[in-house]
Amino acid sequence: MGIKAETVGSDLHELTIRVCMGTGGLAAGSQEVIDEFHRQLGAKKIKVSIIKKCVNKTGCRGFCAKDVLVDVIRNGKTETYQLITPDKVERIVEEHIIKGQPVKEWLVGPEYYTFHEKQTKVLLKQCGQIDPEDINAYLEIGGYEGAKKALSLDPFEVIEEIKSSGLRGRGGAGFLTGLKWEFCYRAKSDQKYIICNADEGDPGAFMDRSIIEGNPHSVIEGMIIGGYAIGATQGYVYIRAEYPLAIKRLKIALEQARAKGFLGKNILRSGFDFDIRIKEGAGAFVCGEETALIASIEGERGQPRAKPPFPVVKGLWGKPTVINNVETLANVPLIITKGASWFASIGTKKSRGTKVFALTGKIKNTGLIEVPMGITLREIIYDIGGGMEKPNRKLKAVQTGGPSGGCIPASLIDMPVDYESLIRVGSMMGSGGMVVMDDSTCMVEMAKFFLSFTQKESCGKCVPCRIGTKRMLEILTRITEGKGRESDIDLLIELGTDIKLSSLCGLGQSAPNPVLSTINYFREEYESHIKEGICPARVCKALRQYVVSPELCKMCGKCFKVCPSGAIAWEKKKKAEIDKNKCIKCGACYDACPFDAIL
Amino acid sequence: MTPQEIKKCEKLLEKYYSEEGSTISILQDVQNEFGYIREDVVKWFSEKLNIPASVFYGIATFYAQFYLKPRGKNIITACCGTACHVKGSGTIIERLRNDLKIPEGEDTSRDGKFTLERVACVGACSIAPVFIVNNKVYGKMTTDRIKEMIKSIEKA
Repeated sequence: MGIKAETVGSDLHELTIRVCMGTGGLAAGSQEVIDEFHRQLGAKKIKVSIIKKCVNKTGCRGFCAKDVLVDVIRNGKTETYQLITPDKVERIVEEHIIKGQPVKEWLVGPEYYTFHEKQTKVLLKQCGQIDPEDINAYLEIGGYEGAKKALSLDPFEVIEEIKSSGLRGRGGAGFLTGLKWEFCYRAKSDQKYIICNADEGDPGAFMDRSIIEGNPHSVIEGMIIGGYAIGATQGYVYIRAEYPLAIKRLKIALEQARAKGFLGKNILRSGFDFDIRIKEGAGAFVCGEETALIASIEGERGQPRAKPPFPVVKGLWGKPTVINNVETLANVPLIITKGASWFASIGTKKSRGTKVFALTGKIKNTGLIEVPMGITLREIIYDIGGGMEKPNRKLKAVQTGGPSGGCIPASLIDMPVDYESLIRVGSMMGSGGMVVMDDSTCMVEMAKFFLSFTQKESCGKCVPCRIGTKRMLEILTRITEGKGRESDIDLLIELGTDIKLSSLCGLGQSAPNPVLSTINYFREEYESHIKEGICPARVCKALRQYVVSPELCKMCGKCFKVCPSGAIAWEKKKKAEIDKNKCIKCGACYDACPFDAIL
Repeated sequence: MTPQEIKKCEKLLEKYYSEEGSTISILQDVQNEFGYIREDVVKWFSEKLNIPASVFYGIATFYAQFYLKPRGKNIITACCGTACHVKGSGTIIERLRNDLKIPEGEDTSRDGKFTLERVACVGACSIAPVFIVNNKVYGKMTTDRIKEMIKSIEKA
């Protein structure tokens, strides 16, 4: 965007400022940073009309660990700042924008570039570059070209193109998208529906939110193409109410698309009618399951139904319905514009294209990443993620697939990340959460955490899931409390295997995965909880001893200061001691000790 | 229900009368308007729409989003997603419940000033642990920081 700025004594003639305004950026204070830029630029007599245009909001660019990220593009040259707060704005305006001298010490470091280098940005390319609240920004980068092209083709040609690209569903199971569309295309009905599943319920995953926040039109365009291909005139976006910013941006995008004639009657004079409605989810993990989601849109309790009939034959209001995940749909316009062979050239033979992961946990560079399928875990964790958050900690496991997935041990770090490989090691792709754990994470407690989540979210319709997960959780709880029995591990395996076999829907069929995979790879950790009463990672509170190790204590007195019950005796230059009779096992000293001296 | 409240509900009714499958949307709007799912309001809608109140309650108890009790003046939402859990949100929640004197099995403090609720995941995992205080998202939370925030809310 070329904008002239009138400033006295400066060679500034073109200026764009981009501020990351995803949920991560907003939490770090990006709105305050934008306000401050407005104020400062106004005070420096750079025309207000210019400011309004040149300070751009963008979606998430992935590197949330260093928010607020700010791009200053001055006379065509881009510099990126990290960890920007309002009080830093004045110096940037003064030295960089007016005088042309970037503030070196606040610029992003080499890790910003290595973080992006190994990635293949296809979907996320535009997130963080374009203004998600302006349809023109999307049109400028070739937006809605895919829809135009698709509408000029025969619907079945569109399906053929998606089929030959090899695109698989990004929501979990990895079903071929083109095939799903074909099934629905062949079903005969007066009315069909396409639903975008944006009920991203996996704790630890946020790629769908970021795509909608950063580039909502790509999802809308994908839905138009999908609707045209299968013969649906009505689309729904089922989105979590916990994502207010994504909902707001989607609403704006829908209005703009309607105004430009991409939605509504006779789209682009093709004779095809299509519109999209937003349905806000009300907070139930099981609604990520296709049939439960349909029940929820119909206004009922979100309980799954037995399949078959599959939704492509009998779905919403009994009509043929395709349900695709956000990321899947965002890929569609790119496949149509760039061609199936372009898409198929990325990734591996069976898992084509890229996958977006939410990289979080005990890792240095947390954020949103997009990588080609088939990349190794090592490349993700060490090259992109920058390794462990704390250098003295060792990688223990990587959890993928959320509560339906499993824990992959550090020994398998050189495995490729694709649909089949993940299943082979007892995990799954899921929607793309990737939580890195170091040796301070207790695997039994982790399994308990996931199971307590799925147990709470179990809808209660079928017995194996409702009662089985409850029993499993009880067993895990007693193990973490030091009351485990020797037979418990085998009992967990037996229960878990049966629940997987006999549950009605995907929730129950995958709920035991975190437990089974941790038993498989970390059985000795379960055994030391049960047989020795020790939690090796020292996480399980009931198994902590709360004694000070005289070798490790550095006599700092921090534990003494935080103890609420006066159980710790300490004097300057003396090692601390805990009185077991007064100790209430609250854990305050344990958290406060910087040297891990409390056992 | 007061006449004003009935007027509000009639407005909502107009919006949804013709729409199929709007029970969840009605409950969402009722909660927005009244702060929680009030029994008399549910009964009013039940009569007008000829939908049994049990259907409304079946839905309200199924989804995590609905509250059957009034909530506190200030709402603190603790994210309990995987990343937040791994980074220690559990400890912060425990301390907070202690400090706010929230009774066992309840979410709201006795004086009605604070409600502390849990949510599965707000999807801001890269800045875990995450807490939402009165609709504003705060990342990288610590026990000390949230204590400070509560103090400043209490003063205001």
